[in-house]
Amino acid sequence: MKEIKIYVMGKEYLVPEGLTIMQALEYCGFFFVRGAGCRGGFCGACSTVYRKKDSFRLKVGLACQTKVEEGMYLTQLPFYPANKAIYNIEELSYDSQIFIKYYPEILRCIACGSCNRVCPQDLKVMEYINAAIRGDVKKVAEFSFDCIMCGLCASRCPAEIVQYYVGLLGRRIYGRLIQKKAKDLEKKIKEIEEGKFEKELEELMKMSIEKLKELYEKREIEAE
Amino acid sequence: MYLDYMKESIKKVEATREKRIKETFPKLKAEEKQELLKNYHPDYKAGTVREIKVGVNKGDLVVNEIADILESYSYLNPENFKYENVDYDVDVLIIGGGGAGVSAALSAFEYTKNILLVTKLRIGDANTIMAQGGIQAADKENDSPAIHYLDVMGGGGYKNIPKLVYTLVNEGPKIIKWLEELGVMFDKKEDGTMITIHGGGTSRKRMHTCKDYTGMEIMRVIRDDFFNKRINYLEFTCAIELLTDEDGKCCGAVLLNLENGKILIVKSKVTILATGGAGRLHVQGFPTSNHYGATADGLVLGYRAGAKFVYLDTIQYHPTGVAFPEQILGQLITEKVRSLGAQLVNCDGEQFIYPLETRDVVASAIIRECIKGKGIKTLSGYGVWLDTPLIEILKGEGTIEKELPAMFRQFLRFGIDIRKEPVLTYPTQHYQNGGILINENCETNVFGLLACGEVSGGVHGRNRLMGNSLLDILVFGKRAGKRAGELLRELPPIKKLTLNHLITYHKELKEIGIDENRKSPKILPDYRKGEFQKKLPFLINL
Repeated sequence: MKEIKIYVMGKEYLVPEGLTIMQALEYCGFFFVRGAGCRGGFCGACSTVYRKKDSFRLKVGLACQTKVEEGMYLTQLPFYPANKAIYNIEELSYDSQIFIKYYPEILRCIACGSCNRVCPQDLKVMEYINAAIRGDVKKVAEFSFDCIMCGLCASRCPAEIVQYYVGLLGRRIYGRLIQKKAKDLEKKIKEIEEGKFEKELEELMKMSIEKLKELYEKREIEAE
Repeated sequence: MYLDYMKESIKKVEATREKRIKETFPKLKAEEKQELLKNYHPDYKAGTVREIKVGVNKGDLVVNEIADILESYSYLNPENFKYENVDYDVDVLIIGGGGAGVSAALSAFEYTKNILLVTKLRIGDANTIMAQGGIQAADKENDSPAIHYLDVMGGGGYKNIPKLVYTLVNEGPKIIKWLEELGVMFDKKEDGTMITIHGGGTSRKRMHTCKDYTGMEIMRVIRDDFFNKRINYLEFTCAIELLTDEDGKCCGAVLLNLENGKILIVKSKVTILATGGAGRLHVQGFPTSNHYGATADGLVLGYRAGAKFVYLDTIQYHPTGVAFPEQILGQLITEKVRSLGAQLVNCDGEQFIYPLETRDVVASAIIRECIKGKGIKTLSGYGVWLDTPLIEILKGEGTIEKELPAMFRQFLRFGIDIRKEPVLTYPTQHYQNGGILINENCETNVFGLLACGEVSGGVHGRNRLMGNSLLDILVFGKRAGKRAGELLRELPPIKKLTLNHLITYHKELKEIGIDENRKSPKILPDYRKGEFQKKLPFLINL
């Protein structure tokens, strides 16, 4: 297998081509306590900053989802000292100033777009921060929905905004106060509380396996 | 980017697509399913399970890899352990920071503020956050907890514990309501109606989704609530043993700070195990869809303290793990892909199984197809095609980006556009069906010790249905927290802290001649190149 040269925090290592950054670091003998989480691109624990040899341009990626490349200079950012606002969701009500109340620093955004450039999920981060300034909850919620909270945006923000917590606040307000409640759900909970299904459930719980099997095989399946 | 011979096979898949759109592969009859499972499911492979030789389940069958860690010594020596310096004296200790542990903390918080949650990674670095497909709950007009009950029992091979299933299905709608009120953004219509879909083995469309980030959305929200309540927690700290008092009651745990190797002692009135599953044990050498810390530590801790388990001889292999590219081998391709209409096809472009049979059946069918020579060779094994472009044809252009953004992104990073090309898939180790036996209040047979989530067993029988795990961790997580709160008033005071259970357990291990160097829990898997695989850094002082 072809080997390539990478530089882990400046030190040179030879690794087989085709590994992810995470696999390559392990190949070199690094053991992860921090910096690895789900290993599937969801938890944001393995943010990595790198540049290619002879280039000034900084790139980012998730170590578990990015292939190593020849001449990569890399380091991980396993933790970022971000400030999270404390609130009680039950006491929140929506008004257009809500984001500014909890995260006043969003007003310092200089629209440089650094957050957009580093987002490993390719989200329009700056756009949802601007929506937060305007109090547009729907846009904050929808534009930030795929956020894995890796913290790379905050690490590059000259205004010291913690974008991913602003997005989280927006989504919770949207999910709790703006999206309409599910009516079927209310009704079903009421029926359960009134004991509508108790008798049927009790019979099922006492039923022999043979009888259960028979019911199961015969059960009606809702059409696609 | 696919290799050339794979592209040749894709041409065959494309050639049959038109015909397959109208084709529904027949569902298997009960006997046919049994036959398929017996011949091809990894659980039935000879020599992969064995009778456990020590502890309360002595004589029961257990998957070899789990038996290995159960039949191992503690890192601690119970004969000379110092109990004097208690670092934390709490009402409720929660071990595990995934969906089960965090929801347990939230409900225990209604009874006491003196809680400590410990996790060996960060809060939320868990299988919960990787659950893409959805969460089941019988809340629609045409559905009921009774219909859900039957689906769960049939899926679990009728081995599920009825009272646990009853609790799971009955509390489903209430859990969805709880999440809605916490601000989880479910996929909804304009009027608030939940958009729900089928999962393997469901008879009603009761899978609630948040795109293909369902578990991530739920975890983000409950974790935020956890932080807002300022509940105490320790990250990168692993419980390596439970403590028992002179009566055998659980009364805390011994922790290991993974960053400096320091031992910490927690005294607790009630302890909740919420440590998750076992994917990183790589049963039978399978790759896994699980997170980095899924090493079944809780099973080891609970078992040594005397907690009984059920069904540790069965593992769930998710039918559709990634088979190519190699970099993401074994990672999950959510069942939602099949819910949306993608079919499974072999190297000739033919269907071979109804895509929404239960997971055990679909996984077996894929393995059979590959053994028959109808699979596609990959770098480390075989795979079959999951025909994702069908989704765009059936549900309209743009559906994949809207409904499966995580998966779309994941494959695009490796040069595969799943809107245009199918993906290669093969079963991956996904879920620990069994675990520590609990009752509906999450109590184990050890006083003071509760368990919830994947570490517990019984509710899913021998095969869990899609979408019932997110429900399980929240239903039983919350119940564990509540029960812990109630127990604070009921349990007798703690006597002296001991590791007496370990003395007995070690004696049993010695009697059957287990090598004294074999130690557990595993804590984290070691994927370093062979020459570096020595002692883990945090174990140096033990």
